[in-house]
Amino acid sequence: MYKIVDKKKLNSTVEKMIIHAPHVSTKCEPGQFIILCANENSERIPLTIQDYDREKGTVSIIYQVVGYSTQELSKKEAGDSVAHFAGPLGVESNIHKKKRVLGIGGGVGAAPLYPQIKKFKELGVECDVILGGRSEEFVILEEEFKGISDNVYCATNDGSKGTQGFVTDILKKLLEKGNVYDEVIAIGPLIMMKAVVDVTKPLNIKTMVSLNPIMIDGTGMCGCCRVTVDGKTKFACIDGPDFDGYGVDFDEAMKRQTMYKKEESHICNLTGEVRK
Amino acid sequence: MNNSLTKVPMPEQEPDVRNKNFNEVTLGYTKEMAMEEAERCLNCKQQFCVAGCPVNVPIPEFIQEVKQGNFDGAYDIITSENALPAICGRVCPQENQCEGKCIRAKKGESVAIGRLERFVADYKMQKNDSKVEKPLARPQKVAVIGSGPAGITCAGELAKKGYQVTMFEALHKLGGVLVYGIPEFRLPKALVEKELQKVINLGVKIEKNVIVGRSVTIDELKAQGYEAIFVGSGAGLPRFMRVNGENLNGVFAANEFLTRVNLMKAYNFPDSPTPVFVGDKVAVVGGGNVAMDAARTAKRLGAKEVYIIYRRGENELPARIEEVHHAKEEGIIFKLLCNPVEIIGKDGWVTGIKCVEMELGEPDASGRRSPVEKKDSIFEIEMSTVIVAIGQSPNPLIRMTTPNLETQKWGGIIVNEETMATSKEGVYAGGDVVTGAATVILAMGAGKQAANAIHKQFGNLDN
Repeated sequence: MYKIVDKKKLNSTVEKMIIHAPHVSTKCEPGQFIILCANENSERIPLTIQDYDREKGTVSIIYQVVGYSTQELSKKEAGDSVAHFAGPLGVESNIHKKKRVLGIGGGVGAAPLYPQIKKFKELGVECDVILGGRSEEFVILEEEFKGISDNVYCATNDGSKGTQGFVTDILKKLLEKGNVYDEVIAIGPLIMMKAVVDVTKPLNIKTMVSLNPIMIDGTGMCGCCRVTVDGKTKFACIDGPDFDGYGVDFDEAMKRQTMYKKEESHICNLTGEVRK
Repeated sequence: MNNSLTKVPMPEQEPDVRNKNFNEVTLGYTKEMAMEEAERCLNCKQQFCVAGCPVNVPIPEFIQEVKQGNFDGAYDIITSENALPAICGRVCPQENQCEGKCIRAKKGESVAIGRLERFVADYKMQKNDSKVEKPLARPQKVAVIGSGPAGITCAGELAKKGYQVTMFEALHKLGGVLVYGIPEFRLPKALVEKELQKVINLGVKIEKNVIVGRSVTIDELKAQGYEAIFVGSGAGLPRFMRVNGENLNGVFAANEFLTRVNLMKAYNFPDSPTPVFVGDKVAVVGGGNVAMDAARTAKRLGAKEVYIIYRRGENELPARIEEVHHAKEEGIIFKLLCNPVEIIGKDGWVTGIKCVEMELGEPDASGRRSPVEKKDSIFEIEMSTVIVAIGQSPNPLIRMTTPNLETQKWGGIIVNEETMATSKEGVYAGGDVVTGAATVILAMGAGKQAANAIHKQFGNLDN
């Protein structure tokens, strides 16, 4: 059992938990993820690591309450425990000294972006960040990013915060303005990462994306999380989750993401209980 | 003496009943059946059966005890060499091992050694009287990585000798392939749990959710004071065919399909929250035990037609004979001498499989006649699901994160075959991570050999 040290609601659907898991916190690096089971017989949910504290032995996760299993997790409060917490999983992000990078976080994608930008900043890299969301409420971690970045821009679909439009609208403007980035790190919905790559690839700006496909064990065993990168099948759990965005077959990844859509609709949207 | 040319049949669920449930297919011998079958053993002077057993169980000796009705005595004889008889009696490929060497098989069927082993183990388990003798405590700390058959055996043997053993498991449940891979209807999980409990009762400490290679490396374990480390992390990396369409929705590695059903209990969806997709028409590619397990699981989950697609012939099927026999009885359709060349899809989902007919040519390196494509024989079958069961490679996490650990080109850890010692001092390895996907009994044998070598490493020359 792994104790929930703290829990915070970030908006109407997104929550943050700090969990005591020294076996993860002593080793984890930006880009890596964990798999948890809320209760003994729960689904295994992969979640990226938002932050960690090696001294306190804690790991922060941010999740959107979307289906049965995240609702099950959401029922837990500080002081309760989650049954299983495995990690760290995946390959750490390749973060080296550069001149200037641009981080793009869409929705909860801002969570795994945070430790990467933090580490870039520690290396003395100039960091700009674009955060996106449906509306003001869904832009998360803005204050946290302000603490570690040179400029933070926001885009919302309805214009309730920052620019009205998509993160790519800001990206295009920054590039038009003449900003030069050695690397773009884009993490968010597949469609957003695809749109970012569509902008950066013609300009030959290196773009890393982080994939979060359906997974079970997270150790390479089941092969469920396979993605096509540069025409080759890769396992996101052991080869990723970070990949060079140029090579990722986003269309295939989006189709694979819908594999269990029908089964997920077994879950009542109203109560979160399983429909029988 | 029983002169029957055939084994005493073992009761089993009717095919048409069992292909709709996940309860164990075979029901095991009664005392009377076991004693009757034991009478078929000739108690040969030259024990070919023992030589055929990877861990050299004294087979005729235990069968003599069964003849007398001394099942406790039989159990003690078996467990002198094999710590997991209830599991081996069910999943060992006896026809290639002990039973394959049995003199009686020269005319008629061999003695049912596997069934007798299972009977003795189940008898003892039901009595529930296996006493734990607390061994003399020894100070050395040993880490065992993986809680599958190799790890359980190694940890158990070392704990019996009194060492301070910690077993690390990456998943949230112990048992490795016995739990995520082999289905309930072939190996009940309650039985695996009982075997694991025995190891825990010996004082083995358990660390679940720890991924050695990521949460902690081999070198860090050494620094933490583990003087010997056994790697039994299994063959957890599924192979794919590398044909077009393999990433369509509805295509699974057998590992995924079986893990969803066995480990995550997807057959109980939505009571169990992990789903599994099973279409009406399912193709399982491969001819081993994993392929049979996947096909029979798909049938139980309600698939109307389930096919085994295998590129060689009936005689070359690597699965246990019993599994093939059971699969046929349960209505699995065998498409032999047939190899997939493409998976066809529409809107991202599987709709069919394109295969080519094969014929057998010259024997290859494995001694099996290698299949060659027949010209102009490509055909299509409509499918909603394709399950790929063509083998697994060793899990790469430990070799990726352990410097100076020598491995084969295909990923297997290189060991000394006597001691299971790797190229890294104090580190041993065994089971599928060394051999590639093989059998439970070979993994157990390796775990035991490594335990003996570790015991010697600590300066003990006895066994």
